[in-house]
Amino acid sequence: METQQIKFYQTGTFTVGNRLQDEQQRSVQANMQRTNSLNSGHRACQGCGEALGARYAIDAAMRAANNQIVACNATGCLEVFSTPYPETSWQIPWIHSLFGNAAAVATGVMAAMKVKGRSDVRVIAQGGDGGTTDIGFGCLSGMFERNDDVLYICYDNEAYMNTGVQRSSATPPAARTATTMAIGAAPGNTFGQGKNVPLIAMAHGIPYVATASVAYLRDLEEKVSRAMTVRGARYIHILVPCPLGWGAQPHDTIKLARLAVETGLFPLFEAEHGEVVRTTPIRHRVPVEEYLKPQKRFAHLFGKTPAVDTIARIQEMADRNIRKYRLVDERRHG
Amino acid sequence: MLKQTEGSHAIAECVALCRPEVICAYPITPQTHIVEGLGEMVKAGDLANCEFINVESEFAALSVAIGASAAGARTYTATASQGLLFMAEAVYNAAGLGLPIVMTIGNRAIGAPINIWNDHTDSMSMRDAGWIQLYAETNQEAADLHIQAFRLAEELSIPVMVCVDGFILTHAYERLDIPTQAQVDAYLPPFEPRQVLDPREPVSIGAMVGPEAFTEVRYLAHHKQMRALELIPRLSREFKQVFGRDSGGLIRSYRAEDAKTIVVALGSVNGTIKDVIDELREEGCAIGAAAILSFRPFPSDALHEILSHAKRLVVIEKSLAVGIGGIVSHNLRMALSGISLHAYTVVAGLGGRAITKASLRGLFERALRDELEPLTFLDLNQAAIERELEREKAQRRSGPSAENILRDMAGGARSAL
Repeated sequence: METQQIKFYQTGTFTVGNRLQDEQQRSVQANMQRTNSLNSGHRACQGCGEALGARYAIDAAMRAANNQIVACNATGCLEVFSTPYPETSWQIPWIHSLFGNAAAVATGVMAAMKVKGRSDVRVIAQGGDGGTTDIGFGCLSGMFERNDDVLYICYDNEAYMNTGVQRSSATPPAARTATTMAIGAAPGNTFGQGKNVPLIAMAHGIPYVATASVAYLRDLEEKVSRAMTVRGARYIHILVPCPLGWGAQPHDTIKLARLAVETGLFPLFEAEHGEVVRTTPIRHRVPVEEYLKPQKRFAHLFGKTPAVDTIARIQEMADRNIRKYRLVDERRHG
Repeated sequence: MLKQTEGSHAIAECVALCRPEVICAYPITPQTHIVEGLGEMVKAGDLANCEFINVESEFAALSVAIGASAAGARTYTATASQGLLFMAEAVYNAAGLGLPIVMTIGNRAIGAPINIWNDHTDSMSMRDAGWIQLYAETNQEAADLHIQAFRLAEELSIPVMVCVDGFILTHAYERLDIPTQAQVDAYLPPFEPRQVLDPREPVSIGAMVGPEAFTEVRYLAHHKQMRALELIPRLSREFKQVFGRDSGGLIRSYRAEDAKTIVVALGSVNGTIKDVIDELREEGCAIGAAAILSFRPFPSDALHEILSHAKRLVVIEKSLAVGIGGIVSHNLRMALSGISLHAYTVVAGLGGRAITKASLRGLFERALRDELEPLTFLDLNQAAIERELEREKAQRRSGPSAENILRDMAGGARSAL
């Protein structure tokens, strides 16, 4: 689908500009026919990035797949807040099996659909960062390696929020969690090597990998829609701020998601068959302090004596991303 | 059709005749020949309309099976030993979700020490997971039970494990009767799922259940197994009508009608037990046997009836409940209510140690004289154990006991030369 370019003359706005676009170009959520696959009435916290991300992602996938979607959910916030029995919020066929097996369950559903001649039914697996980058990683890699026809969506809120904010392999350095306390000589999470699952997904050579953010919802919808045009294993990694776990205001969810992108800490890109094919340039580059400061999980960096070295190391991570993905037009910003 | 074939291959052929739609495979000895056989049939086009998926772990194997079964496909997998433990979480999950998956267990010991040979520790560890557990006595029965298992699983919407003694059955070649496709089709109707993931009729499966309903959901799982107590004998009778032979059922007694001593066991060891009973019967001993074919559900009533006139019970256990003794004997307690008899637990055949006729004969003779301890380890090398206990007493860092025992026994063998 050709994307219609819209010019924004009002600076500072992040509205999606539906009124200016053709009917077909408007966002899925703006369409009265949207499926509300994750219906209202669920029990997510106020300002939950995951609920927002899942709602946009699944509705977009539904539209792309002519409403023929089955979703397999890992254990976690999304599973718990959407299905306190018998009040399910899912308007689509949905299964939750275990914490670490969503990708494998999806493979099974896909195989059953194939053998029953229902290849029109598309399968989505979804989970949080714990269910994806940690406990479900083996099954995820297996699904990638076999190139099973499954779209896996990771809603990354950077810790085990459902169990009370414990560290996962997606928790950023220096962040305070219940298991990386803000005490001692090096408060918060350690500076490890990180575990960049989008890059690991790309290393499998699968047809489509993307990162997305709830601050860029049209972009998120487009990436899901694009993923649905492809057969084989696909992976979308969405950064979803968690007000509870990050110690942030519910009304700051979108702002923080946007700052994560604008600092360079969470680069937005798409990759096909292991190669990056598109990146989203940063429009207003901001220093990492702006992203870190509103979050209580980083409060220990900004006490009476700010942890300048730690902040500098985080800034270096952001700078590295900007260089690597060429996120900033150096001629304009240089 | 009669043919000379391996147990594993006969199982593969019978599973294929059941027209499975999704098969998940991960290698572990001694079940590998089964999924290899099935994979070959799928690849060669002999088993049509079937997806054969090679996965990266047993946890994934059963997880793929869960997804496939929930989407309405007849689903099969096989595992053993460490593999069953590695998928343990999914084992409980498949049962909790009520998904009629059929899984073969090529029964094998659990490490450490690592051991690839037969005992029942693996499937016994999952006895309370909510699966029906059937134990085959022979390879013919192992093959036949798979056909019954799909019928049983799908009628009740509950998963079934068919437990087959590793190597003793899985790798044994013998003459077996492989049924025809027409026979299996007459016995096993197409799978009509009770719940299915279908965009035309969306349902949520696997929702969170709180204290207000959890007990009821669990009770229903138990209720299904109680229904299986009636269904298993019926399916066995129907099987005989179609296939012309006895296979399956809850228990199978042998010369037990007037027996004062009854031997209870699971699986292939029953063959040897029956041979020894024949010998002792010729000498005038009132001894008989009861093979438990269905360990879950546990056939308490059937066992109560057969044991009600007995004076002595010998339970041969191919697993050890460390710290207490026997699992089967403790399950049997319920069936013994109101019966007064001497009950002996015998742990035998661990890690593939052969249970010989000579050992069983000696054991039964001691039982008949009531000379057995309540808990006996058959053919235990007491001297080797005493020497290791001495070593442990002599020095703190006595080293790994498994390696010490091996070295001790090897040394013993050398000095005997």
